[in-house]
Amino acid sequence: MRAKLLMGGVMALVLSACGGGTPAPQYGSNPELPQPRRGLLPGMTISKPAPWGDDRPIVPQGYKIEAIATDLQVPRQTLILPNGDILVAEGSGGGDAPALRPKDFIAGYIKKQGKTSVKSGNRLTVLRDTDGDGKYETRGIFADDLNAPYGLALIGDALYVANQDALVRFEYRIGQLNASASPVTITALPSAINHHWTKAMTASADGLFLYVGIGSNSNITERGMPAELDRAMVWQIDVATGAHRPYATGLRNPSALATQPGSGKIWVAVNERDEIGPDLVPDYITSVREGGFYGWPFSYWGQNVDVRAQPQNPRLVAAAIRPDYSLGSHVAALGLAFSNPAMGADFAEGAFVGEHGSWNRDPPVGFKVVFVPFQDGKAAGEPVDFVSGFQRDGRARGRPVGVTVDPRGALIVADDLSNAIWRVTPNLAK
Amino acid sequence: MEAISVRGQPRSLHPLNAILLAFPLALFVGALVTDLAYDASYQVQWVNFSSWLIAAGLLVGAFALLWAIIELLVGLTARDGRPLVYVITLVAMWVLGLINAFVHGKDAWASMPAGLYLSAVVALLSLVAAWIGYSGLPTRRVQ
Repeated sequence: MRAKLLMGGVMALVLSACGGGTPAPQYGSNPELPQPRRGLLPGMTISKPAPWGDDRPIVPQGYKIEAIATDLQVPRQTLILPNGDILVAEGSGGGDAPALRPKDFIAGYIKKQGKTSVKSGNRLTVLRDTDGDGKYETRGIFADDLNAPYGLALIGDALYVANQDALVRFEYRIGQLNASASPVTITALPSAINHHWTKAMTASADGLFLYVGIGSNSNITERGMPAELDRAMVWQIDVATGAHRPYATGLRNPSALATQPGSGKIWVAVNERDEIGPDLVPDYITSVREGGFYGWPFSYWGQNVDVRAQPQNPRLVAAAIRPDYSLGSHVAALGLAFSNPAMGADFAEGAFVGEHGSWNRDPPVGFKVVFVPFQDGKAAGEPVDFVSGFQRDGRARGRPVGVTVDPRGALIVADDLSNAIWRVTPNLAK
Repeated sequence: MEAISVRGQPRSLHPLNAILLAFPLALFVGALVTDLAYDASYQVQWVNFSSWLIAAGLLVGAFALLWAIIELLVGLTARDGRPLVYVITLVAMWVLGLINAFVHGKDAWASMPAGLYLSAVVALLSLVAAWIGYSGLPTRRVQ
């Protein structure tokens, strides 16, 4: 408590010294990047949890939102099954990352203030709407005793689940509410320390490969370079053999993956580095180039060198690819899903991005689901708020994580603070 | 009545005070050494050591500082000359040490080179404070 007050007091000084204020939005392919800066203490602005009461998240006119499941145990990502059932991955990982410095204890305590106190479910829940009325009245625990499940993908009758330490496979028959057998491990995933523990996943369009995002083991190599072996990259995993290879590297925290319909390209939402200012470094979505290097830790947004990573690597910096589309700094993009025409004309072509919300920026940003319009397969134009109102008056009522588009015309949003699943649908009767 | 104590006659530190004063000296000098090791090797474990050494130096150093201030206030030591320099040195050591702790809270190389320079200054101040303290502080003249 004393540490927090101290942090708060000095923080106010640091912030007032910096000037604060709302800068120009940092959207698109060519965001403005200020000079790196940091006060004596990193700015932290935790939005403490508050109940929804009778309030609901805000959706565009012509859409409605409903909580189709509550009292879950930290829902993170969802998958729409062929019969319309919704599979929910619940859990929290990363508890094994040891605190190495006095700072780790203090920052860990402060960040905890903005999180749910519900225990990690470590399970998969199935939600079913039997009669098609939009109420998901049937629930089944598909599997439990998993280790912080996150990424989900269905290929034929095989359901793949990326736990924080391994990729596993369940047999799945349409209509199942409970798994018929224990999962089979396909391959271990890097899990030592697991500072960024989430293992986001998507399947290739042909179903031959799975892509798994593995986040860095630090903000900016403060746990040492050896801890970053096999981190900050997307693996391509051969479904048949379990063999893996790095598909793209230098992606600090690839916390959501999606396969673009049509092109079959793999897209990723990446959380960029902290502690060099409120407007650095923009989180982004980008199509992933095979063999590409995206900068972390040596540089950001192309060739902007980050001197905190030493020794530096000019050769890799020169090769670093600029991402496609900036979402703005510290929004914490944790969900990514491509839309389809069933979502309505205004939101037919583009991607939904779940923004968990910032903890180190004043004023806070994120805490919403945005829609990034696409044209000819590329992100184009400003993001539009699709689900907002998660944060109000400095309090967070919910925090969006995974987003999924139901082909029948609904956006499913997992909320790991109010432990609910939200469903946004176009109003057909106008 | 004769003076029972004459100004300029040093009185050695209380053993507990002397022990407290030994900590910032050893810990802050240690932090300088581990900072130099980080500077030379880029191995972050060295700067983790620095962070803990500085934090511990501040913790124990706070009591040494408190002791010096109390002695000054209650009049056990003279309020000018060496005792005053001693307290000022300890205050400077502690405040710069706290700033140094925050600088060392920056991730990876962000703590450098400012952290290294601050560690050098803080280590020097801890040495000066220990030198004055262990030389003994003159007591106040009592009539």
